[in-house]
Amino acid sequence: MINKHVTSLAQAVADISDNDTVMIGGFGEAGSPIELIHALIDQGAKGLTVINNNTGSGHVGLAALIENRQVSKMICSFPRTANSTVFSDLYRSNSIELELVPQGTLAERIRAGGSGIPAFYTATASGTPLSEGKELRQFCGREYVMEHGLKADFALIKARCADRYGNLTYNKTARNFAPIMAMAAKTTIVQTSQQVELGDIPAETVVTPGIFVNRIVTVENPAQESQLVNEGQTYP
Amino acid sequence: MNSPSEEMKITPGWDRDAMAHRVAQDIPDGAYVNLGIGMPEKVALHVPEGREVIYHTENGLLGMGPDPLPGEGDHELVNAGKKQITAIPGASYFHHADSFAMIRGGHIDICVLGAMQISATGDLANWSTGAVDAIPAVGGAMDLVAGVKTIFIITQHCTKNGDPKLVESCTYPLTGKAVVNRIFTDLAVIDVTPKGFSLVELAPGITLDEVREKTAATLIAPPSLIV
Repeated sequence: MINKHVTSLAQAVADISDNDTVMIGGFGEAGSPIELIHALIDQGAKGLTVINNNTGSGHVGLAALIENRQVSKMICSFPRTANSTVFSDLYRSNSIELELVPQGTLAERIRAGGSGIPAFYTATASGTPLSEGKELRQFCGREYVMEHGLKADFALIKARCADRYGNLTYNKTARNFAPIMAMAAKTTIVQTSQQVELGDIPAETVVTPGIFVNRIVTVENPAQESQLVNEGQTYP
Repeated sequence: MNSPSEEMKITPGWDRDAMAHRVAQDIPDGAYVNLGIGMPEKVALHVPEGREVIYHTENGLLGMGPDPLPGEGDHELVNAGKKQITAIPGASYFHHADSFAMIRGGHIDICVLGAMQISATGDLANWSTGAVDAIPAVGGAMDLVAGVKTIFIITQHCTKNGDPKLVESCTYPLTGKAVVNRIFTDLAVIDVTPKGFSLVELAPGITLDEVREKTAATLIAPPSLIV
């Protein structure tokens, strides 16, 4: 019998190792799997390469993971945050590496990584500093930049509903990177607000098919990052 | 208009709302539009009645509606600026790769962005000053200018220091090369053409000479606009 549900957050993230690459879903706080990130902080794996659009807020979630010195490299499109200097302080002291990627190229690199496409060409960043050192090629008289697909050892994502096969639905714009990260990681770990029976998510409505999901842990009332930040909370 | 005493009665040029209003006039019925963060967001408030415009926000929503009523926002319904928004009836959600396929695949009709510099060949610089100690952050700007069919820029004509933003060639790092179609400033509407900057319209109380003086590149003007 297939049952991807695990009983605890600690169990869900137990085998993440030092120097692994971890994709973390979320765009700002929408879709950020805060409880899974905090479980990773408790677990303590270091030297991680983390792929996320941003670098977190305040001193919780992704910002806390970075502040806890578990991340050696960020791959992201927008590392500046109004309410957190965690990343920028480490970046300015050369204590963390940054690979800056245009947002759409980041998404497409993840999609390609999960689809068996090692590299592709895009017009994005052509003629800009972000294409320097990359292979360029002309198609139909226009210059394109070669970009590589991105894969990861783990993806941590947040869903609204999950059944035991790992079929997922999301909540509004919290979907963002989660479906493509689920495709690009060897092991995809999901925190879901609701665990449902097979068939409760109609086949026509499934957003992420279960084949892309390995583990599910239920977090019924997930914390909202902005509330934690407003309350001045820190983690651990 | 030529008499100095009459000019004193009005504040020359367009204010921020008037600039947004002017941009909105050029957004046709049925357009799929992406508005950049900040000043471009104002454009949505000025689209003429009777035009149905669908707003795309690149984090994953087509059919962005107005701001939520106080207390009715949703932490997981946000725009590209991470501000809480609403979704109109008929809206759709999708993941990031689909959202950027809309942008990069040429499906979005118009994008309105801010600018630090625009060159006479339509190069845009709007993401970095290139300062050594700055944290570089690009977001979706490079994808938007590379993929969206028409790029509108809404910006003050000059920087706060009075330096022209319309220049022969950009000194800041580029967002994209030869990507800008039309520029809406507080002084004028200007197209980027194969011959360079070309005046489309002057703001009230603004003269061609004044716009030329504040533009650091040749500005072509059709005979009808040469007073």
